[in-house]
Amino acid sequence: MNLENLYQEIILDHYRHPRSKGLREPFDAEVHHVNPTCGDEISLRVDVEDGLVKDISYDATGCSISQASASVMYEQLVGKPLDQGWPVLDEFVHMIEGRGKVEPDEDVLGDGIAFAGVAAYPARVKCALLGWMAFKDATLQALGKDFT
Amino acid sequence: MTPLDVAALRKDFPILERTVRDDRPLVYLDSGATSQKPRSVLDAERDFYEHRSAAVHRGAHHLAEEATDAFESARRTIAAFIGGQSEDIVFTRNATEALNLVSYAFTNSTLEGGPQPFVLGPGDEILITEMEHHANLVPWQQVAQRTGATLRWFGVTDSGRLDIDPSLITDRTKVVSVTHQSNVLGTINPIPRIAEMAHAMGAVMIVDACQSVPHMPVDVTALGADFVAFSGHKMLAPTGVGVLWGRSDLLAQMPPMLTGGSMIEQVFMDHSTFAAPPQRFEAGTPNIAQAVGLAAAVDYLEAVGMQNVHEHEVYLTGLALEGLGSLPGIRIIGPTDLTDRGGAVSFVADGVHSHDLGQVLDDSGVAVRVGHHCAWPLHRRFGVAATTRASFYIYNDEQDVEALVAGTRRALEFFG
Repeated sequence: MNLENLYQEIILDHYRHPRSKGLREPFDAEVHHVNPTCGDEISLRVDVEDGLVKDISYDATGCSISQASASVMYEQLVGKPLDQGWPVLDEFVHMIEGRGKVEPDEDVLGDGIAFAGVAAYPARVKCALLGWMAFKDATLQALGKDFT
Repeated sequence: MTPLDVAALRKDFPILERTVRDDRPLVYLDSGATSQKPRSVLDAERDFYEHRSAAVHRGAHHLAEEATDAFESARRTIAAFIGGQSEDIVFTRNATEALNLVSYAFTNSTLEGGPQPFVLGPGDEILITEMEHHANLVPWQQVAQRTGATLRWFGVTDSGRLDIDPSLITDRTKVVSVTHQSNVLGTINPIPRIAEMAHAMGAVMIVDACQSVPHMPVDVTALGADFVAFSGHKMLAPTGVGVLWGRSDLLAQMPPMLTGGSMIEQVFMDHSTFAAPPQRFEAGTPNIAQAVGLAAAVDYLEAVGMQNVHEHEVYLTGLALEGLGSLPGIRIIGPTDLTDRGGAVSFVADGVHSHDLGQVLDDSGVAVRVGHHCAWPLHRRFGVAATTRASFYIYNDEQDVEALVAGTRRALEFFG
């Protein structure tokens, strides 16, 4: 494992140029998640209509992994029906928590595959998942369900 | 120049022989979080288990007698190290537990209506500082919530010094609890002066000495403190053992936090009476082998000389401040001069989050701490979410500082 493997160009690009960053209206639910070990924070809103993710807007501070991850998530999930979005989220979590032993499915993950190297660093798992867990929480709230 | 023969000392620490991340030599700059252990400490712990292992303060057998001797001898060694009496040394799990032991004395005494030195109420004030570790902050928030007392704090100046506002210490102040040395800024606070102000108003003075006892000569009497808390694992000893030193007359009145075996005088079905200090505060079987290990760590440190330890760390801190200061876009969070300053150097880098900086350093074999270092309000005070912290100890040398500076330069280039 080397640094270039962890910090792939896609990650650095999303870190330097986060896509559609900033909180927007309208939204159905807003959450605020923190990573208490390092102080990274994200505020995230979702706009869900008829099972479609119409918008994810977010404002976040944190490391390159957490920032880029939220930005990639925005690109991967907005405009998708939820029944296509959940499998992407599940596959992303599966890869990140896989300690590098999971063969990720690029067809499902899209640019999310760039985070495969994170799985080798347990201390960075929470960074990569911060935005995705916020999305899950907000969306479940928007649907009137509990975050588990 | 350093007064230490670091190359010779390093041979005593087996872990420094290992490599990390693709066979890079380990550059351990995270002793502020926990220190590495010399062979003599590991041997002492092992020797206890191999030859004297038994429960202390009970049992009519030979081993119990030797185990008790080893445990109580450790207490004497540690007492002498900080200029205290052994009966005023309470073994805890760590400094966090030591600080909670005192803070719970205030909560419990308030609920029970005594003893008086520990009773708080609305109108009373607890004074801490903005540079406290969460371990000396959150417990006092809890005490304030439960007793109705008000929490106040000294601020921190832009240069990372304590902003001592004497008007905050009044006859309403009942507790003053301050860190001796900031785990983030490296700042060494003028405890004797603060203690004098606290005592003039009749307040109890508590010192979090977690980052000072391992790194400089500390004498509890000279500090003027009523309670002093520190951890073993930050001073070459095993995890699982910490110390609360308290003034005899206060310990004598103080109620226990944990109750059960070993801390009682007499037990009946409907009530119990408690043992005298320090046993009153050591419920259950203590971490005996770890206390023995802590005494071995104290022996080791005394042979090195605590003044030498301090001077060595000040020397390395000077090199680090100079080296990091020569890089573009680096901002030191804490004093940039060496007066009243210990060996923790925290910094932020323009355009590079501390987690990423730590990752690049790790890739070079350099172990640092990143994040808020359990001092979140202090980081908020400086307008940063996280910092990178290098912290030094006796086994660090000039090459370690060079690796830190070179790794930081690499991170700036990588993310630049």
